[in-house]
Amino acid sequence: MFQLLNGMTFAALLFVVASGFTLIFGLLRIVNLAHGALYLFGGYVGFTVGGIAGSFVVAAISAMIFVAAAGLVLDRGVLRLVRGGELRQVMLTLGVAFVLNDAGLVIWGGDTLTVPTPEALQGAVVIGSLFYPKFRLFVLAMGIAVFAGLWLLLNKTRLGALIRAGVDDREMVEACGINIKRVFLVTFMLGSALAGLGGVLGGTFLALYPGADAEILVFSLAVVIIGGRGSLVGAATGALLIGLLNTFGQVWFPQLAYFVIFGPMAALLAFRPLGLFGKEA
Amino acid sequence: MTKLLTSRRSLLKSSAAAAGAIGMPSLVRAADAARPIRIGLLAPLTGVIAAGGKELVEGFQMYWEQVGMMAGTRKVEIVIEDDASNPDTALQKARRLVEQANVDFLFGNILANTGLAVANYVKNTGTPYFIPVIAADDLTQRTRIPNVIRVAGYTASQTAHPLGDWAYKQGYRHVATISQDYTFGHEQCGGFAQVFTEAGGKIVQQFWHPLNTSDFSSYLGQLVTAGADAIFAMETGADSTRFIQQYASFGLKGRIPLLGSMNATDQSVIRTMGADAEGIISCAHFAEGSTDPVTVKFVADYEKRYQKLPSIYGFSHYSGAMWVDEALGKIRGNVEDRALFLKTVLATELVGSPLGKTVKLDAYGNPVYDVMVRKVVKRPDGKLWNEPFETYPQVSQFWKYDPETYMKQPPYSRTFQGIKA
Repeated sequence: MFQLLNGMTFAALLFVVASGFTLIFGLLRIVNLAHGALYLFGGYVGFTVGGIAGSFVVAAISAMIFVAAAGLVLDRGVLRLVRGGELRQVMLTLGVAFVLNDAGLVIWGGDTLTVPTPEALQGAVVIGSLFYPKFRLFVLAMGIAVFAGLWLLLNKTRLGALIRAGVDDREMVEACGINIKRVFLVTFMLGSALAGLGGVLGGTFLALYPGADAEILVFSLAVVIIGGRGSLVGAATGALLIGLLNTFGQVWFPQLAYFVIFGPMAALLAFRPLGLFGKEA
Repeated sequence: MTKLLTSRRSLLKSSAAAAGAIGMPSLVRAADAARPIRIGLLAPLTGVIAAGGKELVEGFQMYWEQVGMMAGTRKVEIVIEDDASNPDTALQKARRLVEQANVDFLFGNILANTGLAVANYVKNTGTPYFIPVIAADDLTQRTRIPNVIRVAGYTASQTAHPLGDWAYKQGYRHVATISQDYTFGHEQCGGFAQVFTEAGGKIVQQFWHPLNTSDFSSYLGQLVTAGADAIFAMETGADSTRFIQQYASFGLKGRIPLLGSMNATDQSVIRTMGADAEGIISCAHFAEGSTDPVTVKFVADYEKRYQKLPSIYGFSHYSGAMWVDEALGKIRGNVEDRALFLKTVLATELVGSPLGKTVKLDAYGNPVYDVMVRKVVKRPDGKLWNEPFETYPQVSQFWKYDPETYMKQPPYSRTFQGIKA
């Protein structure tokens, strides 16, 4: 039970980050390798704003706005120049990741920082003999809320319909007279904002430091690959799978902590190259 | 940071100049006496341990600035290279420093694997290499390299031995250990486990987790049920921050006493932390909260210069620089005679050490220290630091064992922890 909660709270964080990743991946066909850096930057911004304003909510919102703006610059500023060349786009995002990383090191130094936990969520809840940190339960709730929000957005709004259509067939959407570029941009900003939110959540219970970006990126990549590109349900399933494998792997096969995650991923890809919920583009 | 950037830039220039001079080695030799002593400093300025790398450079530079960039009568030039926390890069940069920048000796590195890569390289070139932070036991034990000297450094198990003894004397009989799964961790846990079990204690369980474990919850769940009186945690960097925070948030703090390796509660970790880290016990030769007047002055100077308390990285490189400088003074800066230089460094006793005591090397090139038992407490101004409250005098890397016998046992590893059943 205890370990199950651990796995699920970690999965919730992964989902928040990976859902943004999969949106961008699915629609824009870009493996945005700067996603991890955006996550880290969101966390850092949350740390600074949280320190000044003293409010977790303000910190989270400003991190989301800031990172969404960074996404805007990234999409409009640089990715636009290489639109169409997928490999070039990927390489470009990798370059951006490096630049952001070094900028983070210059601005915030390399010390390990933590976004302050809000007063109300400090400490632990006691359920029977179980002792569980409140903040982690909050992350779990956030994960579910983000899932619900995204599901409604994708399934009940016009924008959602456009995004879904774009994932399935980009050219067709364009042919219908839709400005796909604007949809791209909105998606990119939304995905980035989710990375920023993830950064604040992760920065609170997993800490921020140079290299955190790469760790979360690898996990997100695994989530999206398992779940299938652009699929929300896939991202949720993938996050749960990775979160639980990560936790139980550490308990049952401590020597194989990494293999437990990436072994099954490789096996899955061998049989379902598009992931569990992936569709042919 | 600006300072660092400028030094990187000037380094570009100087290595370009050096590259130009390579074609004419005889010319360089002829100008020896007037030529400045050139030190190659390898530091991880990017990558996982970038924060530590920056402090390494700061401590090193602070010493040389204090002595006016002079060693004896010769000027000192520092060429800084970034090892990127990566052994391949470290090796490549060491090569560049030795073969192109013509440095007289190398200094630095933090991660054991980067240090081992460089040590292997200088084994063949004979370049003196000083390692105040590289703690791999065997570099001054079973596989010594004569030109690699651990000035102002320490071996991984050196400070873990006394902690094992101390833990037993506190009445702890069952201890569980958790550690990062690499040599430095294996050696510290081994040092702790051997002394603790030989005294009569029992290691109930050992956990090894990969470096950069973000979520410790599953380990914490098992630590609770391991039946331990105390837990020994061997963590560095961000892992340490996260472990200590999660230890508190899962409610273990206050229930099971936490003992840490010296690096687990180093300034580089606790300076950004709060109450979660208070009360952790560790053993080390350096404690920034010491009341020794020499240490107090060093800490105050450092804090004034860099607006933060010194970490083990800054302290060790400050002391290491001083050590080599004291040796160079004795031989009037004659760094060209490598054999003499190395011999002098080995024989030099560090008089001015910020520890406030004279430190000397044992016969194997590793310092002998008074090791302090420290506790993380809050200073009046709210900053956390390690305050010593007990001392084990003159602890060598061999603890109380005979060096020859000790080195006959295998080096500590995941499978050999020196545990006496």
